Amino acid sequence: MASHSVTAHGHSEPHGHHDAHHEEHWFLKYCWSTDHKMIAKQYLLTGLFMALIGGFFAYVFRWQLAFPNQPVPFFGIVTPASYNMMITQHGTIMIFFVAMPVLLAAFGNYLIPLMVGADDMVFPRLNRASYQVFLISSIILIWSFFVPGGGFGGAWTAYPPLSAGSQFNLTPSGSTLWVVAVAVEFVAFLMGGINFIVTAMNARAPGMKFEDVPLAVWMIVIASIMFMMSVGPLIAGSVMLIMDQNFGTHFFDPRTGGDPVLWQHLFWFFGHPEVYVVLLPALGFLAEILPVFSRKKLFGYRTLLYSSIGTACLSFFVWAHHQFISGIDPRMANVFAATTVLISIPIAEIMFVFIATLYRSSIQFTVPMLWALSFVAEFLVGGVTGIFLGASGADIHFHDTYFVLAHFHYTFFPIAIIGSFAGLTYWFPKMFGRHLNEGLGRLHFWITIISFNFIWMPLFFTGIMGDHRRIYSFANFPDLMTPDRILLREISSVATAVMGVAQILFFANFFWSMYKGRKAEDNPYGANTLEWRCPSPPPHGNFAVMPTVYRGPYEYSHPDRESDFWPQDEPPVGQGGLKPEGAH
Amino acid sequence: MAEQHPSHERGGSGWQPLARSVFFTTFLGAVIVIGTVLFYIFAGGEDLIARMIPANSSFAGDIDFVILIIAGIVGFWFFASLFAFFVLLYQSRRRPGHKPEYLDKHDHQLHTWISWPHWLVIACDLIIIIVAVKVWHQVKQVAPPADTVIRVVAQQWGWTFRHPGTDNKLDTADDIVTIDRLHVPLDKVVHFELQSRDVMHDFSVPVFRLKQDAVPGRTIKGWFKPVKAGAFDIQCAEMCGIGHGLMPARIFVETPEQHAAFIEDSARNASVPGGQPIY
Amino acid sequence: MSGQIIATGRSAAGMPTGKLAVWMVIASEIPIFGGILAPYLMHRIGHPDWGQMAASLNVWIGTFNTGLLVTSSLFAMLAHAAAERGNGPLAAARLRLAAYGGLIFLCVKAYEWYTKIAHDHVPQTGTFYGYYFSATGLHGIHILAGVAILLAIAAQAEKGKNLGRVELIGIYWHFVDVVWFFLFHIFYIIR
Repeated sequence: MASHSVTAHGHSEPHGHHDAHHEEHWFLKYCWSTDHKMIAKQYLLTGLFMALIGGFFAYVFRWQLAFPNQPVPFFGIVTPASYNMMITQHGTIMIFFVAMPVLLAAFGNYLIPLMVGADDMVFPRLNRASYQVFLISSIILIWSFFVPGGGFGGAWTAYPPLSAGSQFNLTPSGSTLWVVAVAVEFVAFLMGGINFIVTAMNARAPGMKFEDVPLAVWMIVIASIMFMMSVGPLIAGSVMLIMDQNFGTHFFDPRTGGDPVLWQHLFWFFGHPEVYVVLLPALGFLAEILPVFSRKKLFGYRTLLYSSIGTACLSFFVWAHHQFISGIDPRMANVFAATTVLISIPIAEIMFVFIATLYRSSIQFTVPMLWALSFVAEFLVGGVTGIFLGASGADIHFHDTYFVLAHFHYTFFPIAIIGSFAGLTYWFPKMFGRHLNEGLGRLHFWITIISFNFIWMPLFFTGIMGDHRRIYSFANFPDLMTPDRILLREISSVATAVMGVAQILFFANFFWSMYKGRKAEDNPYGANTLEWRCPSPPPHGNFAVMPTVYRGPYEYSHPDRESDFWPQDEPPVGQGGLKPEGAH
Repeated sequence: MAEQHPSHERGGSGWQPLARSVFFTTFLGAVIVIGTVLFYIFAGGEDLIARMIPANSSFAGDIDFVILIIAGIVGFWFFASLFAFFVLLYQSRRRPGHKPEYLDKHDHQLHTWISWPHWLVIACDLIIIIVAVKVWHQVKQVAPPADTVIRVVAQQWGWTFRHPGTDNKLDTADDIVTIDRLHVPLDKVVHFELQSRDVMHDFSVPVFRLKQDAVPGRTIKGWFKPVKAGAFDIQCAEMCGIGHGLMPARIFVETPEQHAAFIEDSARNASVPGGQPIY
Repeated sequence: MSGQIIATGRSAAGMPTGKLAVWMVIASEIPIFGGILAPYLMHRIGHPDWGQMAASLNVWIGTFNTGLLVTSSLFAMLAHAAAERGNGPLAAARLRLAAYGGLIFLCVKAYEWYTKIAHDHVPQTGTFYGYYFSATGLHGIHILAGVAILLAIAAQAEKGKNLGRVELIGIYWHFVDVVWFFLFHIFYIIR
């Protein structure tokens, strides 16, 4: 395999978008487009909008926890029902309607065709349908907040019988609409996921072998496959739950032969892989950003790839660690504790690869790089605290306390927020053809990161001290109202408000730069991957000449080259000269 | 950094990388063990958790021990990685005259740097699994013989506790039924039968490190042995509806005299405050 | 729509894009059916009394339906063979036969459901029937969708267009057939 196939394919593929320039009606252009870049932006903006709702909920219930039963500024008195509704919807929104659409759908849509050197997704109309179904599911979810009885408040895990009986949850239509919204959303991502997988497998540019595919694409594809394999049981479970809620069946009703724990199995069989479904794209962004801004080859392409696949496989066998004390056979806990703790091996490997990439590199602390580096540092906290929860003996104490929440947010905040910001700030010049403001970006970064640690570091300790989650007011528990606990909660809540306000900086920067920012070059960072080899922003059809790939994506600072980067599609100097990466 | 490929010169062949990795593994294993011991001595030893939340049951100390073992091990990894991370950030910052190198995993010596932590992580995982499973087994899978048996019934949104009364047998005429107040004798092994009447609940006493879901349609058994007298919070630890935050209960751990007085009082009054025999 | 998408025509993985996508659809359908069947089997073990309810299902009707789907799948295969030879009208005729098989299957299924409901064997009276109705209902939706696609592709094949799709719907149709095999055994045969 001395050389990649550089022969006949070459630059011979015809460009198929002769009619791309004619002016379209704005509705067709912005709302009915089949262009993967427009669909990506639709997903992105919908996700950001939902993030605002989820973030506002977080602020309201955090404030209620620190200052119980006092009116929350900009909201008012929080009732137990509205508290439960907000924590439930915060979880649902942030995972299903922010992390998934932004990390997986928006970046998947934007990056996959560009990075594999294609002009669009293989099924553009399926892609458009995927977004529209997702939009419908978002609207159903928001609608569910306003129906009689209010939105569903049975926690984002929606354990029956609470979620199955309106006599228990007191939200007859809210709970059904919640399940419907989530199930419809799954269908949207199944359609999108099939598109991602097939595009990355089949629509790669000539010459692009498996090991020339940028890891961001790999990660999104692995995540899509994981989603595809894990979500089916929950779709089935959602249908059962809807039938239990509305048609009087008894799948989850213990009185007539059903089993409430069944839902927990179906939910967590999906729920745990789901964490990795959103983690992997964020890791993929890191694998792109770290080499570019340290001007060094990624340390161990295969290690990262195989570790991720290993994590993905292992994650299907750990789900019951969410149910250690939920009445399952205690012997099962031993097996699942072992599999859970073993996940630390591939994850540690991934972290080592990222840290080792920095060794003898030349780091430029740009805003995307800051986000990427902070991901490594913060995710380490989330990773190591997970061990406490996976170890069954320790989990007896930690289950359902704020320790779980703190762990969870130390993984999910890096994934969903830091990962998104890293990706957004990195690809913003490509997406909108303009640069973000660097100073504003730095300010926003530091305030967000510092306030994040002030939110969650104290809550590890309140968790150890016995604060249980989903309790709307600790004032009812004398043991939990000691001054140190109250102080820790207040620190956390004030930091939440600070972080919320700091996001104004981001949105100001985002929208201002979109129209007024400094014009971006085609390849402002000197990056190798194909998306930087087309204009910023790319036109309909992406590439003027469809690229051919000659080498892997991370050839930075190659000793035999003048320039410190080596684009994937740059033809080699003479045949049989330099060996491309991958040829050993 | 004038030299282009220092790694090629250093990349030894044959026994050298192996010996080096064995050395590093041993060295780091020692660091982990010593670090954990130091952590215990200086950070306050076994009552580090107990100082944050009292350890008032017989197995609370064991669970805290698991937590601390894990804290020692992952603490080492956490600080080691973070240290390496920040040192590399500083060393590799962009500056005039500093050139990045073209290295990757195919370099044998660098490969060693990834492979020995890998084995060490596996070793640490095994320690953690063994310790955790051992304590889990002791708390959840086996139980010492019962001195007394109580029944805990959760419902939206309150707790009904059934005490065995003077004959120390459940489901007899002298049972004492209370709402939201559980009385147990000190230093006695208490077995509980946990039931739910409607949705999932969870019987959680943080100071005991005790937690168990109540599943409707099932009776789940568990045990605890209080070792300190006093009154403590019982929390529901599973979302159970609007009143989830409003079902606080207290557990009263009583000396033999106090407990005898409680039983006698209840027998005399036939109904304790708020306690109608409803179940 | 704008011109032909280059990406759709590529096959870097060595398999036509449409075929790859059909396999992906099937890969995502298997866990959905698995999500109903696995819990059913788990609970079936714990509930010997469900055996009586299972006995109320008519094995002969089930066997007839199985034969129907096998025959239908055979016609889908023959249609593929015809399409390979470029014989559009023949492929269309065979696809239609396959679709009619699916339609008769649905009619039989509807009759079966009707008798169940008439005997008050509804999901509300027993969780066994909950699983039975949801599994066969989900399968029925797949048959219905399959019939619609079969007829649509037959209409195209008649004019000699998109003959490659004959194979794709065939793959899907075989999958639906295989799912029925599982349902038939799990619900009708195992007592």
